[in-house]
Amino acid sequence: MRVKDRGRIDRESRIAFTFDGARYEGHPGDTLASALLANDVRMVGRSFKYHRPRGILTAGSAEPNALVTVGRGAEASPNERATMVELAEGLAVTSQNRWPSLGFDVLSVNDMAARFLGSGFYYKTFMWPRSFWEKVYEPAIRRAAGLGALSGQHDPADTEKGFLFCDLLVIGAGPAGLMAALVAGEAGADVILADEGFAPGGQLTGEVEDIAGQPAHAWAESTWAKLNAMPNVRCMSRTTVTGAYDQGTFGALERFPEGRGPRECFWRIAAKRSVLAAGALERAIAFRNNDRPGIMTAGAVRAYLNRWGVSSGRAVTVFANNDDAHRTARDLVAAGVSVAAVLDSRHDAPKSPDFEVIRGAQVCNTAGRKRLESVTYRTSKGEQSLMTDCLAISGGWNPAVHLTCHMNSRPVWRDDLLAFVPAPGAVPGLIPAGACNGVFATAACLADGASAAKTALRELGMTSPDVDLPDAGADAGRISPLWAVPGKGRSWLDFQNDVTVKDVKQAAQENFQSVEHMKRYTTQGMATDQGKMSNVTALAVLADATGRAIPETGTTTFRPPFSPVSIAAMGAGGRGQSFAPQRFMTSHAATVERGAPMIEAGLWYRPTYFPAPGETHWRQACDREVRYVRNAVGVADVSTLGKIDIQGPGAAALLDFVYTGLFSSLKEGRVRYGLMLREDGHVMDDGTTARLGENHYLMTTTTAAAGEVMRHLDFAKQVLRRDLDVATISVTEQWAQFAVAGPKSRDLLEDLLGTSLGGWPFMSCGPVKVGGVDGRLFRISFSGEQGWEIAVPARFGASLFDALVAKAEAIDGGMYGMEALNVLRIEKGFLTHAELHGRTTAFDLGMGRMISAKKDCIGKVMAARPGLVANSRAQLVGLKPVGEVQQLVSGAHLFREGARISPENDQGYVTSVCYSPTLGHMIGLAFLERGPDRMGDRIRMVDRTKDIETLCEVVSPVFFDPDGGRARA
Amino acid sequence: MRFSAARILKEGLTGNRGWRPHWRSPEPKPDYDIIIVGGGGHGLATAYYLARTHGLTNIAVLEKGYLGGGNVGRNTTIVRANYAMPGNTEFYSHSLKLWEGLEQDLNYNVMHSQRGVINLFHSDGQRDYAVRRANAMLIQGDDAIILDRDGVRRMLPYLDHDNARFPIYGGLYHPRGGTARHDAVAWGFARGADMRGVDLIQNCEVTGIDIEHGRVTGVQTTRGPIRAKKIGLAAAGRSSQVAAMAGLRLPIESNILQAFVTEGLKPVIDNVVTFGMGHFYISQSDKGGLVFGGDLDYYASYAARGNLPAAEHVMEAGMALMPMIGKAKVLRSWGGIVDMTPDGSPIIDKAPVDGLYLNCGWCYGGFKATPGSGHTFAHLIATDTPHEAAAGLRLDRFASGIGLMDEEGTGSQHNLH
Amino acid sequence: MRLPCPICGPRDSREFIYRGTALDRPAPDAGTEAWEEYLHLRDNPAGPIREFWYHHAGCTAWIEVTRNTATHEISDAVLAGGEGAA
Repeated sequence: MRVKDRGRIDRESRIAFTFDGARYEGHPGDTLASALLANDVRMVGRSFKYHRPRGILTAGSAEPNALVTVGRGAEASPNERATMVELAEGLAVTSQNRWPSLGFDVLSVNDMAARFLGSGFYYKTFMWPRSFWEKVYEPAIRRAAGLGALSGQHDPADTEKGFLFCDLLVIGAGPAGLMAALVAGEAGADVILADEGFAPGGQLTGEVEDIAGQPAHAWAESTWAKLNAMPNVRCMSRTTVTGAYDQGTFGALERFPEGRGPRECFWRIAAKRSVLAAGALERAIAFRNNDRPGIMTAGAVRAYLNRWGVSSGRAVTVFANNDDAHRTARDLVAAGVSVAAVLDSRHDAPKSPDFEVIRGAQVCNTAGRKRLESVTYRTSKGEQSLMTDCLAISGGWNPAVHLTCHMNSRPVWRDDLLAFVPAPGAVPGLIPAGACNGVFATAACLADGASAAKTALRELGMTSPDVDLPDAGADAGRISPLWAVPGKGRSWLDFQNDVTVKDVKQAAQENFQSVEHMKRYTTQGMATDQGKMSNVTALAVLADATGRAIPETGTTTFRPPFSPVSIAAMGAGGRGQSFAPQRFMTSHAATVERGAPMIEAGLWYRPTYFPAPGETHWRQACDREVRYVRNAVGVADVSTLGKIDIQGPGAAALLDFVYTGLFSSLKEGRVRYGLMLREDGHVMDDGTTARLGENHYLMTTTTAAAGEVMRHLDFAKQVLRRDLDVATISVTEQWAQFAVAGPKSRDLLEDLLGTSLGGWPFMSCGPVKVGGVDGRLFRISFSGEQGWEIAVPARFGASLFDALVAKAEAIDGGMYGMEALNVLRIEKGFLTHAELHGRTTAFDLGMGRMISAKKDCIGKVMAARPGLVANSRAQLVGLKPVGEVQQLVSGAHLFREGARISPENDQGYVTSVCYSPTLGHMIGLAFLERGPDRMGDRIRMVDRTKDIETLCEVVSPVFFDPDGGRARA
Repeated sequence: MRFSAARILKEGLTGNRGWRPHWRSPEPKPDYDIIIVGGGGHGLATAYYLARTHGLTNIAVLEKGYLGGGNVGRNTTIVRANYAMPGNTEFYSHSLKLWEGLEQDLNYNVMHSQRGVINLFHSDGQRDYAVRRANAMLIQGDDAIILDRDGVRRMLPYLDHDNARFPIYGGLYHPRGGTARHDAVAWGFARGADMRGVDLIQNCEVTGIDIEHGRVTGVQTTRGPIRAKKIGLAAAGRSSQVAAMAGLRLPIESNILQAFVTEGLKPVIDNVVTFGMGHFYISQSDKGGLVFGGDLDYYASYAARGNLPAAEHVMEAGMALMPMIGKAKVLRSWGGIVDMTPDGSPIIDKAPVDGLYLNCGWCYGGFKATPGSGHTFAHLIATDTPHEAAAGLRLDRFASGIGLMDEEGTGSQHNLH
Repeated sequence: MRLPCPICGPRDSREFIYRGTALDRPAPDAGTEAWEEYLHLRDNPAGPIREFWYHHAGCTAWIEVTRNTATHEISDAVLAGGEGAA
């Protein structure tokens, strides 16, 4: 309930929200958690395993209990921490992991059976009968497990990403962080100050104390405002630094309130130096039934009172082992809230005139199922009970060392603080300061922050300004160890995963004594808080159970992210078409206008076929387009093929080095087919290369391998053959290039160019004027017909394409797409990546002799390994169906007639098939063991996926015009 | 102690005080017949099968940290036999058969869940290769179904079927594929080996391998020297360092492979799904977390932690494929050190030193291989002849070029996989 | 990770493509052992190595980087085969 005159919420305005359908009100400045507490809602969730009632435990991002689903439909976001959700008008909140309702949850029966559900019980049963795992046990376990639910609908993914750069990144805007940012900001450094909350001050936001003679929160707000006004400082609230990575790179998640930008933005921050001022997290104490709604950390009870004006109970009891928690009682009493008692485990705990302190007291049990009703505590005088509806507990503070562990450093135990602190130099360039560094008093935090900034500035070569340290409290308080109160019953460590002291002890008993084993066996620390609330306590319990000291027992590793990050945020930009760039040919618009279905070819889009009126099946279009090329003329955009311009006195030698064949002997004005190997001797790519001048070549690559080949050439040039004076550059985008193929192709081009092409033999090339524009013409063919490729600067591509198509259509030809292109090349036994799939060798392709004996080239030595030239290898052949079944299937395997279908008898596989309109039946390319020796043999093609078996004859892969006369015509 | 529902009942009723250690913590003896270096999944499985199948029990498994602390404890838990290349096909087929029935064999529930693996394809070329791969699986005797667009839509309605940059053409469905609880696999094998007398020695780092006259005689460790007649190396992630102690250089580079898990969610993904265009694969654990991963961190590393670009790319691919996971929050990421071989496939073979045996190079594929690797490696160590299912996993295939197993077709040299 | 490109300055690793250990290519007649060493066998140390990276989204230079594989610390980056390279 609200307390008068406390908190910094706007009580004049009201915000309505619902929780499990019930309507409540809060105020601007509230979190969902503070608003729920103000409305006296105590039970907000259920635990993972035993479905025990759970209330709000903390006031921060480490909250393990108060996980809820916020929003409806596709907007529903599961597992939101009520402690971090800013209250907004109309917020629809539902509880999780309960059925049918939060109040009555059928699976809370698990709690009754807890004795059978201890550590690792599931490894010991559910094995009989075998088939029951998938059918019975696992579905039941899966349904019972999990926390919130995804909506199942596409996420709108209104998320973004960006890069930021700075001299100094300050993580956390508590006293240390604010002071560090102030010092660095005044020194003129580029500073980013990031804080996960929506109000600056960190721990100060919830405390009653003074800094520089004003309330600490006011000092924090005015310092933040001052920093925000500096042009060299970027203050980022609602921004969680999620991970520390190499060379000063950090990940950070910025959240935006509704309507003020994207939902979230994931930042990559490159910082020359960083200050970690992440504060500390208060830990609980393990005792019997310490998990009931109404049991909270002492700091959280204080924060709800001081920041949000909410009392977490009518009669509050404090249970602690340290001085700090007494502030909770002090603040509550000052606000007029009844404090039942302060139970302090220490015999020398300070007394107070304002509230009763019971020294040497340990809480040993509690009562109240859905809300706390009473606690039982033990002193030397015996056990006593107290009626209380809120128990504020504090087992001390754990420095938030998490980011310092992200690069594998392990934190160091300090016995004087009873805490782990960052190891020196844990993350290069990162300086921990304040509470995360084991410095707890406010004045010391301010000084540590300033000092960290000065260290960073010195390392950056910048001068530190004189900044006065404001006056502040210098008391860090004392603490004595108390991890778990001994006794019967279940004492919780991990509240969400329901891991108890007993579980840890049982794990140790079963020899899961390594801390990693204990964690994995019990699931301790594997909940959504990554063990922030419980790991250190669990470690202490394990140390005790195994008779070791805490440092000897070790720690588990903290991994990124510091707190959970949505996949939509880290994956921003991945949704839909923006996943990868789209590349369009200059003919794209004209192609789409003709109704051609486009398919992805690498990052490009290419037409599959061009439908004509009256056609009802793609095959009709494809056959027609093949006939254009075989009988008249076809036009196709081939601009997607990679084009690399190679110039310089060393150009010829570079090509000789990267291709298997000789290119230095190629005459100017001529084109040659080239095969390129990887150094491992397998074929990497193929294409034609034209010699445009003495020291000028133009290489083409396949569409898919263009980037890889460019990199390969750069490697050859910059690393392997530095002796060569040669320059290479990709000109793929600069030139639009079109294939013009078919018996009437010369007619078309002569008409277009207004000149005779009679003197252009097969495999020639040269400059041409295309409508006054300097273009290039290549007489090459990927169809087996007389073929040309004409290229113009890309800005003229669209108009040239239109002109070519118009002329082709006028002489009974037209455009052809990828389907027809594929048929044409299979009929000729030409290769694509179906055959050049990375595992084939020149030998396999029947091109072994293309590896020139006269010179070295990349891949030549390894291509000669015995395994790469063995005759038993599967080698390229053609297949022709000869039986009743006429169908061929790509991906089918090959067997001898009569051989059993088994792996030992598997002799090869089919790579490309099509119906050949030219030949009137299906044809295929395949790799077959000893293929070239088996021409005319019969072979069985087997596709087990569709149960197709086809008897084939092994034939030459060149099905059409084997002597190539048509291309040379 | 035999595990059963009755035992849980009995222990529950008597205060759970009767549970005994899963394994002993013995002191190392001065000598053993066989030493296995590496107490991860493969090393423990090897020891288990040496004892179970070959009756050899004078064996020590030496682990420098804690049992199962390597890649068996940090992977995406996928179990499958859907390989295309001879060598891999029969090996993973053998391994999958061992998975089926492993729980009863071990008396340990490793939660092997045959929920099906679906590899999506996004082009005609990818489909053709999927058909080739499916045929290899079927011919091997494993199961494979080619799903068309509608088939995928029916099974996985939540994918972005209508606005994907790389549309879904179909999928290769492998019903017997699935997942298992990774830690439990290590623990089950450890318990089974220990029960048969194998000494599992933790916190015992091997610092040297003793060789006399071309034959191994023992190892030096942080807990003193231990003699052995045979030594099997199963230290994937650190294979190069361990092999170097025997003077060997391996065809291996170490890389980081990251994986991610989200907060627990109610059941939403019932199978294992892989994205053919984006290096992304995902399943949901029985606890409810989405477990997913992608490509390597693309540079040599022993840092055992992931980088941001690879993590972001994985999540972008996830959003591209199944935008419904956008609001799932990543809880934890981790990076395992994987042995990458030139062709992306593993090695189980004799080393060129007598009495020394190699089990390494598991690349992306180690977890699913665990029982198969242990079983065939035990066979090799016990009999000095390769098991027929692992005969293709030869060390000399790179030098000879015979039997390379480049599943991805990206090459058989380093850093292409 | 950020790599110091000798031409462009420190850049995010996203701009680079990795090739691996920087080794000298053997002569064609160096023999099978030399080629096996070059293409397949690796020291694969957990410590500093020299390796090739390609600045594909920048200046397209191949650079030779000295980087510690255990810590990712980068101690040197020069143009591949250029001044100061091994």
